[in-house]
Amino acid sequence: MSAATPVLPSEQTAPSYLTASFGIRSWLLTVDHKRVGLLYLATISVFFTIAGIFAGLIRLELLTPAGDMFQADTYNKLFTMHGMIMAFFFLIPSIPAVFGNFLLPLMIGARDVAFPKLNLLSWYVFSVGGLFSIISLVTGGVDTGWTFYTPYSSTYSNSSVITAGLGIFITGFSSILTGMNFMVTIHKMRAPGLTWFRLPLFVWAHYATSIIQVLATPVIAITIVLLALERILGAGIFDPRLGGDPVLFQHLFWFYSHPVVYIMVLPSMGVVSEIIACGARKRIFGYKIIAFSSLAIAVLGFLVWGHHMFVSGQSEYAGIVFSFLTMFIAVPSAIKVFNWMGTLYKGSIVYSTPMLYALGFIGLFTLGGLTGLFLATLAVDVHVHDTYFVVAHFHYVMVGGALFGYLGAIHFWWPKITGRLYPEAWGRLSAAIIFIGFNLTFFPQFVLGYLGMPRRYHAYPEEFQVLNVMSTAGATILAIGYMMPVIYLIWSMRYGKRASSNPWGATGLEWETASPPPTENFEGTPVVTRGAYAYAEEGAVVR
Amino acid sequence: MSANTLEAAAEESHGLVAHQFDDAEQQHEAATLGMWAFLVTEVLFFGGLMLGYAVFRSKFPDAFSAGSHELDVGLGAFNTVILIISSLTMAMAVHSGQVGNKKGVALFLVLTLLFGGIFLGVKGVEYADKFEHHLIPGLLFDYHGEAGAGVNPKNVELFFFLYFAMTGVHALHMIIGAGIVLVWLLPRALQGAYGSEYSSPIEMFGLYWHFVDIVWIFLYPLLYLVGRHQ
Amino acid sequence: MSAQHIVPLRVYFSVFAALLAFTALTVWVAYIDLGALNIYVALGIAATKASLVMLYFMHLKYSSRLAQLFSVSGFLWLALLLGFVLADENTRDWLHPPSGWAGQYEQAPASHDAPQTEH
Repeated sequence: MSAATPVLPSEQTAPSYLTASFGIRSWLLTVDHKRVGLLYLATISVFFTIAGIFAGLIRLELLTPAGDMFQADTYNKLFTMHGMIMAFFFLIPSIPAVFGNFLLPLMIGARDVAFPKLNLLSWYVFSVGGLFSIISLVTGGVDTGWTFYTPYSSTYSNSSVITAGLGIFITGFSSILTGMNFMVTIHKMRAPGLTWFRLPLFVWAHYATSIIQVLATPVIAITIVLLALERILGAGIFDPRLGGDPVLFQHLFWFYSHPVVYIMVLPSMGVVSEIIACGARKRIFGYKIIAFSSLAIAVLGFLVWGHHMFVSGQSEYAGIVFSFLTMFIAVPSAIKVFNWMGTLYKGSIVYSTPMLYALGFIGLFTLGGLTGLFLATLAVDVHVHDTYFVVAHFHYVMVGGALFGYLGAIHFWWPKITGRLYPEAWGRLSAAIIFIGFNLTFFPQFVLGYLGMPRRYHAYPEEFQVLNVMSTAGATILAIGYMMPVIYLIWSMRYGKRASSNPWGATGLEWETASPPPTENFEGTPVVTRGAYAYAEEGAVVR
Repeated sequence: MSANTLEAAAEESHGLVAHQFDDAEQQHEAATLGMWAFLVTEVLFFGGLMLGYAVFRSKFPDAFSAGSHELDVGLGAFNTVILIISSLTMAMAVHSGQVGNKKGVALFLVLTLLFGGIFLGVKGVEYADKFEHHLIPGLLFDYHGEAGAGVNPKNVELFFFLYFAMTGVHALHMIIGAGIVLVWLLPRALQGAYGSEYSSPIEMFGLYWHFVDIVWIFLYPLLYLVGRHQ
Repeated sequence: MSAQHIVPLRVYFSVFAALLAFTALTVWVAYIDLGALNIYVALGIAATKASLVMLYFMHLKYSSRLAQLFSVSGFLWLALLLGFVLADENTRDWLHPPSGWAGQYEQAPASHDAPQTEH
């Protein structure tokens, strides 16, 4: 990276992207990738809150063994809407739509993404899809589980399946457009001198994510179409009465929904690489292998979906093959963990808020990932499938993994996005509270699942109550932890100290422009002469 | 100058190159790649339907044969030829744009639209015929064909579900394509917007239209030509 | 990728003629009994037609390696989907429960639990 002196606030010449124009039209008609990122931030935060409230209600019900707070049907709707909204309307967009959009052009030295108008369109499409999911809520909710399994969803459920499906179908296009945009942007719009192996790992991660978005999302789209047709016509390919196969739905569903979890986690891993390098003041250990492991995860992620279907009636031989292949996907993830450890080793570590989230990611994702191997083992899965073991597993990787990366990204790039510093002490405190709350919520669920408590049940045997109470207590702490950043981040936008262009002393082109950046990102096109993560090198960035 | 909004971006595009690109070549390459990425998603979209077809044809070959016999081979072949012609006219439209024949662009777009319309008209005729013969899947389905005793009418209903799903989604893509031509490309072509310096939208739409043709190239034998030797 | 390659019109017309010929061929072959091969011949002809459209009408022959890679990967991923799912559907009844299984299940609930049913 060309070493530049940090641009201090008073030296800014061009107006920042935030102040370049005012008024709601300038935001709703923006083609500036940075503003589009913020539009997404606002929208997904709303969905996170809604889905979070459902989670709270679930945990409240589960305080007592009896199903005394909600009727079974209502409870079914609660966990369905929680999962559906969290997965499709928060996790999948989260890092790519907010930080990918904001940072990719900055990181590669471009003025914008390849297709800025498509970018804006993708936000509108996302919002319309989200609107349909709200409508499905208002018209009574969906009770099929976020997995929409047939024949319940196609034939027997009386809930707003089609409306919800329509919402997901529409939102899928947003994901596809984002993926297309990022792929072409990374291929075609890198600054002079920025070869592939000089790219920040955040960019590699988003490239791998885009591959998945493009290849996987259309399959869920057609699945929803087929489901909707079957519901409308009363006949279809998932209907055994016609000779159809309900398990075929599961194949189509999981062909997308397994790779989708890598859409959620790969960007997070990219964030972790950036934060760890900066927080350890060291170049990333094993850069190339981390880059390739992102691609490997993207590709391998398509070969394992049957591990969700071991007890579905799928052929045992298919089960064996899927189980075998699933073991492989642990390898690139583990490689990343080892390389991050290698980066931390003998680094001068700063325990900033982003660093706390990144370190939390490494631990929690490892735990979640390892339990994935338990589930991938056929004989074990027969016992723990559809129990809280699974619930704990995926929350460890999705919350402890993806969400921690998201929170780390918010704090790490907050000064760049807003031009303000958040209060570091509060940041660290919230991170600690979230970490504690998270583990208290979900670790007991591993035990519960192992002991046999099924998932998606609102009533359970007495002997499981203690663990459930622990879990709910943890959820309460977690909720408090989530609310704190909302408060201090918003506070910082008005009262936070103004940030220089590079408050963390990090490498990366985004840190060489003002905080917040001007609309065209850079004054002139940057020329790149060295690799990423040039920490502790001669002439490297100085704080 | 900041190209912050749609209006500002339009103003700031130096000539025909959008503000985020350095030159026309980069813009064209980006557009091509973007379009191919989109077509990849379409392959997987239709692919899901192909999967359903593959699974159930291998399970119920006789029912699929019986169902296929209800379709008109001649009409299907006619439609295939129509669509191939429309692909040719689309290729001619792109060619016209590239050599600067602005009138040719408009002409060939109109022809493409025409042949596309014929295709959809024939499909409408076919659908109406299926409706009359009670072959729409669902409550009204009632198969009375000449299939042998071994064929379960329920499986024939499965064939028709796939028939309508596949041709329906295909027709929808054609309607959307026709809409794009009618509402966006043709008006601009008539204004002479597409010439040798800039005909990228025609080219990109051409990719889309050819892809829709390719889908039908597969659909025709898969749906109309099952077990015809019997 | 260099400036746009303009495909000569005669190439378009030749491809057009070939597409019509292959259409006629696929109809003709459909009426000949090739047994299990019918479907593969039909798919092969369709794939040939599709390749002609992609290479010449869609200019893939003259496009960047990257565009060619994109197009191939779409079909590759589709093959993945089809391959794995068909493998499952066609091997469902390969593995049979151990002998005596059904007999155990039909007896009245004995001292040990009934075998776990798939759900």
